[in-house]
Amino acid sequence: MAIHSEALGPVAAVRRRPLTLAGWLDRESVFSWLMMALPLLFLAAFVGYPFFYGILLSLQDRPVAKPGVFVGLKNFITDFHDPIFWRVAANTFIYTGAATVLKMVGGLGLALAMNQHFRMKNLVRALLLLPFIVPTVLSTVAWLWMLDPAFSVVNRMLIEMGVPKPGPSWLGNPVLAMFSIIMINTWRGLPFYGITLLAGLQTVPPELYEAATIDGATGWDRFRYVTLPLLQPIILIVTLFSVIFTFADFQLVYVLTHGGPQNATHLFATYAFDIGMGAGQLGLGASIALTMLPALALLIVALTLHMRKA
Amino acid sequence: MVTGHGPVQRFVRVWLPVGFFLVVALFPFYWMAITSIKPNAELYNKALMPLWVRHPTLKHYVDLISETSFLLWTWNTMLVAVISTAISLVLGTMLAYPLARMRFAGAGLIAITIAAVYLVPQPLLFLPLADVINRLNLGNTLTSVILTYPTMLVPFCAWLLLGYFKTVPKELEEAARIDGASRLQTMRQIFLPLCVPGFISAGIFAFTLSQNEFLYALIFLTKSAVRTVPVGVIAELIRGDVFYWGQLMAGALLGSIPVAIIYSFFVEHYVAGLTSGSVKA
Repeated sequence: MAIHSEALGPVAAVRRRPLTLAGWLDRESVFSWLMMALPLLFLAAFVGYPFFYGILLSLQDRPVAKPGVFVGLKNFITDFHDPIFWRVAANTFIYTGAATVLKMVGGLGLALAMNQHFRMKNLVRALLLLPFIVPTVLSTVAWLWMLDPAFSVVNRMLIEMGVPKPGPSWLGNPVLAMFSIIMINTWRGLPFYGITLLAGLQTVPPELYEAATIDGATGWDRFRYVTLPLLQPIILIVTLFSVIFTFADFQLVYVLTHGGPQNATHLFATYAFDIGMGAGQLGLGASIALTMLPALALLIVALTLHMRKA
Repeated sequence: MVTGHGPVQRFVRVWLPVGFFLVVALFPFYWMAITSIKPNAELYNKALMPLWVRHPTLKHYVDLISETSFLLWTWNTMLVAVISTAISLVLGTMLAYPLARMRFAGAGLIAITIAAVYLVPQPLLFLPLADVINRLNLGNTLTSVILTYPTMLVPFCAWLLLGYFKTVPKELEEAARIDGASRLQTMRQIFLPLCVPGFISAGIFAFTLSQNEFLYALIFLTKSAVRTVPVGVIAELIRGDVFYWGQLMAGALLGSIPVAIIYSFFVEHYVAGLTSGSVKA
């Protein structure tokens, strides 16, 4: 890009028209910045400003509807002495890690199953994507009902298969509740992995498989030494995407458990919401949300650079 | 690709795994639908086989529409989704076109910033934004969400459109420039009409994302009359510890239908958009 513009620079200078308003507006840089001014102003006002204002809030003692008082790092110190905060941090990492691994492995399985010839493939693909496109809150309510303590259809099927009554308390037991939210996050996110990886699989030239087969490669060899290396860039991008949004997840936990039982499923986002909105301590809540920033910033920078490069 | 030949092998290789994924993906929707047409006597009777319905009824749908503001929430959701999608497509285009076609100092920085902003998740911003909305006196107005949804959608549309714009050949624009058209004329009359498929992809995505949004709507919209479907269903159909499962499932199903319909018409565009982010971009 740099070489390009240097080469074209003098030519453009020679051709420069006399300075009229129309001519000025037609310059690449003037046109570009004028065109981008409105959206950039909008993003500065509603993303840039809140972002820095959030940092300021986190340094204030700021009850709702009262002016804030600057308290330095007091909120962060409160967080670090709060055992629930550390529970929340551990929960968030477990949730993100487990759900990501499950979505990746399941998604790869889905992509491999779909990368075969069969009838009605497009219809099947459309149906498989439904969990990903239906509003999360609405499908999560269906799961809430499927795991209901008294009338869980999952438990009624398990009891039919011989599990002792009344069956597991999916959302009432701390360990099972974490398991449940991980599984439901996986249910929702797996199609995204699957369909994206499928698109990647379809770009692998068949000749490579043929060549590997002639060289004596088994099915596993072909997967391990042909498919996986070629999919690796896509796997990386999909995973980074998914990790960012799983790490900052809110909806699913808010609907299913509200962070309970005994904070066993609270994530950074739901805990920040409870403190900031529920308890009305905007400053402390903002400080909890901001503790996500270092990990998120790392992921965002990694993914941004990767998307630029690709 | 080497595949098994016998019908049994084919079943094991293709339909067993695909069937498994289909059942897992679709069962919750089946359960939503079957619950929404069961009378309460069947819903809460454990002696009956749960997977089927004996006496289907539309009572839960009638109750949902007559006893709650569901239709109003649906209207609000549509209004917000359509307006914020339109705003985001326009603003996204205004960002993407110069980045795709022009050379100017700072282009690289702007592109990186847009990608980064797209990836900033809402929970990082919701508390300060709530305060901003309060100070602007926009609490409990649809304007609050119409203004805040594009914070996610504009960078998203810009990024997706940037990828699409780069695939459109430049020759027509160059010809128009030589014929003396200004940059604005070239963009509006020559370039944009070529980009309809890109706009459809970005538009469907933006529309489904706005239908899906929950956190901002939950915080900014606390009065029944201005709520969107997800917030209305969660806040008003779950009353304390009493659940109206029939109505809840009817609401969940009805709330999912607009997205599902739009999606079914444009599924190829949707998949193209979904995969372009990682496969091509």
